Amino acid sequence: MEQYFVDITLILDSTVRLAVPLILACLAGLYSERAGIVDIGLEGKLLAGAFAAAATSAVTGSAWLGLLAGIGAALMFSGIHGLASINFKGNQTISGVALNFLAAGLTTFLGQSWFKRGGYTPQLSGDQRFNPITLPFAEQLREVPILGQIYYELISGHNIITYVAFIAVPVTAWVLFRTRFGLRLRAVGENPKAIDTAGISVTRLRYQALIITAVLVGIGGAYLSIAQSAGFNNNMSAGRGYIALAALIFAKWRPGPALLVCLMFGFLDAVQFRIQGQVFPIIGEVPVQAIQALPYILTVILLAGFIGRAVAPKASGIPYTKER
Amino acid sequence: MTALPRWADVVLLPLLNVVLAFIVGGLIVLAVGQNPLQAVGIMLYGAFGYGSGFGYTLYYTTDFIFAGLAVSLAYHAGLFNIGPEGQAYVGGLGVILIGLALNGTHWAIVFPLMIICGGAFGALWAFVPGYLQAKRGSHVVITTILFNFIAASMMGFLISRVLKPEGVNSDESAPLEAITRVPQLRTFIELFKNSPVNLTFFLAIAALVFIYWLIWRTKFGYAVRALGKNPVAANYAGISNQKMIMIVMAMSGVLAAMVAVNNVGGVQGRLILNFVNGAGFVGIAVAFMGRGHPVGVGLSALLFGILYQGGQELAFQMPGITREMIVTIQALVILFTGAMGDMLRAPLARLLVRSDAPTGAK
Repeated sequence: MEQYFVDITLILDSTVRLAVPLILACLAGLYSERAGIVDIGLEGKLLAGAFAAAATSAVTGSAWLGLLAGIGAALMFSGIHGLASINFKGNQTISGVALNFLAAGLTTFLGQSWFKRGGYTPQLSGDQRFNPITLPFAEQLREVPILGQIYYELISGHNIITYVAFIAVPVTAWVLFRTRFGLRLRAVGENPKAIDTAGISVTRLRYQALIITAVLVGIGGAYLSIAQSAGFNNNMSAGRGYIALAALIFAKWRPGPALLVCLMFGFLDAVQFRIQGQVFPIIGEVPVQAIQALPYILTVILLAGFIGRAVAPKASGIPYTKER
Repeated sequence: MTALPRWADVVLLPLLNVVLAFIVGGLIVLAVGQNPLQAVGIMLYGAFGYGSGFGYTLYYTTDFIFAGLAVSLAYHAGLFNIGPEGQAYVGGLGVILIGLALNGTHWAIVFPLMIICGGAFGALWAFVPGYLQAKRGSHVVITTILFNFIAASMMGFLISRVLKPEGVNSDESAPLEAITRVPQLRTFIELFKNSPVNLTFFLAIAALVFIYWLIWRTKFGYAVRALGKNPVAANYAGISNQKMIMIVMAMSGVLAAMVAVNNVGGVQGRLILNFVNGAGFVGIAVAFMGRGHPVGVGLSALLFGILYQGGQELAFQMPGITREMIVTIQALVILFTGAMGDMLRAPLARLLVRSDAPTGAK
């Protein structure tokens, strides 16, 4: 019994760690998609953010500067996306796909040119990373059965970005549903003409959404390279941007459910390591690949409308043209 | 939208966009302290300078023609198929299954069966997203992305757990016998020594011609284009949009799967983990750059073939530049010819209309 409890706590602990980049990227996507801009490019922004953060942190020795650089890189990518999809009224999906390749190509290319380590950045340590924070009284409460252990293992001992990610969820819900900006943001994604008629700039609002997207996904990228790991390696986002996109659809573009779905996908990721080679009663050995594919399969089933209906914001993906 | 003269719309604008992509790519190379012109020279030598290099260029071109046509065909029907990568991967399963079943049989019999069987597997993998789009309303862009990941997991499992023979360390299927493999051109033409270009290359050329005929010379092609331009109008004209979406996606999957015939049947002779290696994604760049027209697709596939083979050479000669620079170029091409394709339209129109004015009647 005791052992099971420890096991479960550990799995949940790594669930939290693995869910953080998903939560940040998912919330990031939520802002732009709610504003009517499809963001297939989350994956690329995540990767670019991770690279910029690790590279800057390696050179300057400061994780905070790394974080800023991560956000900066994501902002640049968002800027290109905005230019293509808002100003030139191009196809947002194509722009997003291009950004994903741009990130994959540039990060490895620049990484090799700058650091000559086959695309890896140097190993980071100490202040170059965001280290675990021990919350107050965690050590003292550690001996308290169950609750103390949960507090010590699960709630305390994460880095600051983890807490930021979890706080960002209620903040997003509040911004989206309780502020004037949130109302306008949702309106511009559903009916930009109404926003325009009310005398509010559609372009400006959509750029604002893209900026918030970049900040969040940039933090997510920094988490990958300078908080969760100690440095950047090739293609380290490994499809997380796409998983976040899937989670966003799964959560039907709402922040609360987005958190739950990201935690669920994080949990699947966490158990994947644990069940490797284990034989279960009745089902036998579960292949790792089956667990890996599960988030995608679930999203396909959801999209097909077999478990509820996922309806995107109405103006999603359509560039807005003022009548002339 | 200002109207451009037809020649400017068809030739000049796309060309300017591609040039723009390469200029930006050159600036990036310059920014890391390397000489872009020297890089281009090395790449051209690597792609054309010697026989086996040229053979490799044609081999890559074959892949990219199929992937580019797969994306183009779907795009004519208004469907953005991001899934050729997964469709080619699953197509490889069909190719290897028929190959292993008839292992030892002469290629003249197996080659057509590889096309059919691989094509069928690829078609199935593209048909499902098509079906889900047509009947259940889920967006084909998202579903094809998801299907790429599902294909990667499924094929990973099948290759490492099912197809891998006893006593083999790397993740790959049992090999095909030499007589069963699609013959490489070097067996007929001395020039292509050591390069993997094979008979599938001619299949690719045939596919270009076939797709041109299909899209612009048949009733079916008219329906495809009608669906892509205006689904509502197409519906009024009596075209069943749902049926068309499913058929076009399946055909797109067949084209993507031919990448597997080229690789599994013609080069490796076995199914290797991740053999597609991004060729499916290059198809997206090829399709946009070629504007979905077979002539354009053929030329852009050749350009990317040059980039991929030349990029190998580059990695040897200029260690400061990695092959990933090619992925960057690919991204810039998609960005400038696809997403920002109309960026130069307005300035160009102003320029051309002004210079035309004195000679015009008014």
